[in-house]
Amino acid sequence: MRRGLMTVAVAAGIAVAGAFGGAQAAEPLKIGMMVTLSGPPAVLGKHIRDGFQLFVEENGGKLGGRDVEMIIVDDELKPDVALTKVKELLDRDKVDFVAGIVFSNILQAVFRPVTESETFLIGANAGTSTFAGKACNKYFFSTSWQNDQIHEVMGKYAQEKGFKKVFLMAPNYQAGKDSVHGFKRYYQGEVVDEVYTKLGNLDFSAELAKIAASKPDALFTFMPGGMGVNLVRQFNQAGLADSVTFLSAFTVDGTTLPATKDAALGLFSSSQWTPDMDNAANKKFVTAYEAKYGSIPSLYSSQGYDAAQLIDSAVKAVGGDLSDKDAVIAALEKADFASVRGDFKYNTNHFPIQDFYLVKAVKRDDGAYHTTVVEKVFDDYGDVHAKDCRMN
Amino acid sequence: MTATLFAVQVLNGLQLGVLLFLVAAGLTLVFGVMDFINLAHGVQYMLGAYLAVTFYALTGNFFATVILALVSALVLGLVLEVLVFRHFYDRDHLDQVLATFGVILLLNEGVRIVWGSAPLSYPGPEILQGTIPVMEGFGYPIYRIALIVAGLACAVGLWLVVARTRVGMLIRAGAANPAMLSALGVDVRRLFMIVFGFGAMLAGFAGVMAGPIFSVEPGMGDGVLILAFVVIVIGGIGSIRGAFLAALIVGLVDTLGRSFMTDIFKLFLEPSAANQVAPAIASMLIYVLMAGVLFFRPTGLFPAQGRA
Repeated sequence: MRRGLMTVAVAAGIAVAGAFGGAQAAEPLKIGMMVTLSGPPAVLGKHIRDGFQLFVEENGGKLGGRDVEMIIVDDELKPDVALTKVKELLDRDKVDFVAGIVFSNILQAVFRPVTESETFLIGANAGTSTFAGKACNKYFFSTSWQNDQIHEVMGKYAQEKGFKKVFLMAPNYQAGKDSVHGFKRYYQGEVVDEVYTKLGNLDFSAELAKIAASKPDALFTFMPGGMGVNLVRQFNQAGLADSVTFLSAFTVDGTTLPATKDAALGLFSSSQWTPDMDNAANKKFVTAYEAKYGSIPSLYSSQGYDAAQLIDSAVKAVGGDLSDKDAVIAALEKADFASVRGDFKYNTNHFPIQDFYLVKAVKRDDGAYHTTVVEKVFDDYGDVHAKDCRMN
Repeated sequence: MTATLFAVQVLNGLQLGVLLFLVAAGLTLVFGVMDFINLAHGVQYMLGAYLAVTFYALTGNFFATVILALVSALVLGLVLEVLVFRHFYDRDHLDQVLATFGVILLLNEGVRIVWGSAPLSYPGPEILQGTIPVMEGFGYPIYRIALIVAGLACAVGLWLVVARTRVGMLIRAGAANPAMLSALGVDVRRLFMIVFGFGAMLAGFAGVMAGPIFSVEPGMGDGVLILAFVVIVIGGIGSIRGAFLAALIVGLVDTLGRSFMTDIFKLFLEPSAANQVAPAIASMLIYVLMAGVLFFRPTGLFPAQGRA
C-alpha cells in the first residue's frame, strides 16, 4: 500500500516536472568552485570566491534563472589534492560547471579530467599558455587573461617610454621565467641584469643593493603575494623609488596594498581592471562588495564576479537547459554580459580580448588603498597563443 | 662589483644572521637542555609578529608594541608549554614531532581565522626611519642597522645569563646531564618551563623585529624554522655560542651566495646558462654547508661542553 502511494507520488512528480520543461529546471544548478584557500596565497582564492558569491547573492541566489548550489573546495595548492577533489566534484556531485582555479599548476592538473567529462570549466585566474594555444578546449573559458599579456603590458610601456636600461627580477620557477619572457617580447632596450630569486623569498636586501649598483632606469618584477609586499616595502625603505621606476605584475594589487600601504603609492603595475573604472556594472559591483566584505575588491574579486556573470548569461540564453552542450558553448562564446572591466569579448581560444592598462597605487580619501588607471597600453588585445589554437 | 656593494651585502648577511640567531637560540636551548624537538618554535616567531600587528593598531607606538608583544609571547609560550609540550618531554622524538607539527597546523589556521589570510604590516619606529646613504640613490635603512644592534645586544645578554648567572649554570648543567641535575635536587621541570618560556619570547622578539621589514602572513614562521634547524645543526645542539656563530655564517653564506653566485658563474658560463644554474646553487649553499659540517664534525662546529 505504502509503496503504491510512493510510486504514484513519484510518477506525479515526474509528470509535473515534465510539464514545466524538463526535470532539470527543478534541480539547482551545481557549481563546483575550486580555489586555493590554504597557505599564504589563500587570499587570492578567497577574493575570487567572494566576488563570485556576491553576484549570485545579488541575483537572488540564482544564475540564469536557476537556483544555485555551490560546492566550494580548497585545492590546497597541491595538484594531487586538486585532482582528487575535482574528480569528486565530477563523479559524485555531478556539477554542471567547475569555476575558479587560482594557479597554473592546479589548472594543469584538473584541465583534462574536467573537459574530458564534458563539464564546463570557467577559469577565473590562471591563464596558462598551453591552454590558450595548442591544448585549447571548447569546454574551457577564461574570465581573466592569458599570463603573458600582463607582462607584455609592462614590456610595451617600458619600450614606449624609452627606458634604456631595465633590471628584471622574478622568482625562480616557471611562471617567473614566463614573466621575463613576456616582458622581453615588447621591450627591445638593454636588460642590465636578470635575477631569479628563491620562490617565497622574504628579504630582498641583497637584490636591492645589486639593483642600486647597476643603476637601471626601471625595475620590472613579478612578485605575487607576500613576496611582493616585502619587496615593495624594502624598495621604499631603501629609498630606491626616487631613482628607479618600479614596473610590476601581480605585485601591487588589491591583495598586497592593505599591507604595503604608503610604501606602494605611485608604483606601477599592469591590469585589465581597477576598482574606480567608470562603468555602471563596475560601480554596482564595487559598492556592493565594499558593503558586504568591508574592503575594496581586488582584480581577483572582479574575475570571480565576471565568472558568475558569464555563467548567468549563458544559462539564461539556453533557458536553463544545459543538455545541448554545443548550445551552451555558443552562448558562453557570446559573453553577453556587462563585464566590470568594460570591453570583453571572446577570442577563438576562449580567452578574453580586452583592454590592458598601466595602473598605479593610490590612496583614497578615507585612507583605503587601490589601483587606478594611468594610461591604456593595449586596446582590444588578444594573446599571441590564440593562433596555435584549433578548437575541436 | 664594488667594495661598497660587497660591504652592503655583508651587512645584509649579518642582519639575516642576527634574526636567525634570535629564533635559533630558543630552539637550541629547548632541544639541547630538554631533548625536546619543538617544530612549533617557528609558530612563536609568527605569533610575535601578529601580536605586534594588533598591539600596534591599539597603541600606535612601536616601543610599547614591542613590550606588550614580548609579554604576550612569553605568556603564550608558557600556556602552550603547560597545555601541550610538557606532556611530551618523556616521549620519544617521533611523538614530539607529531604533536608540535599539530600545533603548527592549528596555530597557522587559527591565525588565518583571527587575522585573515592577507599579508599585514606595521611600520618601524619614527626615529629609526630613513637611510644612511651608501650608493647613489640607495641608502641602507637605519631600522636594519638597529635590528643588527638589537640582535647583538640580545646575544651578549644571553651569553651573560648563560655564562655568569646561577640559572645559566643550571641551564648548562641541564644540557650536559639532566638526570644528574635532577638528582642534585634541582626542580628540572621548573627549569624547563623557564627555558621554554624564554625561548618562546626570543622567537617572538625576532618576529616583532621582523614585522616592519617583512610581511606578516600565516605560515611565515615555517621557512624561518627550517633555517633555524640548519643553524643549530651547524652550530652544535644546545650551544648558544654555536647558534650565534652558525647563524652569522648561515646569514652571510646565504646572502653572499645569492648576490654574487650569478656573477661568478658568468665568468665561465653563458649568461643565460648562468641565470639558470646560479640561483639554484645559491639556494642550496647553506644545505651543502650543513651536510659538510655533519660529515666532518657530526656534533657541530661549536658543540656545548659536556656533550659527546
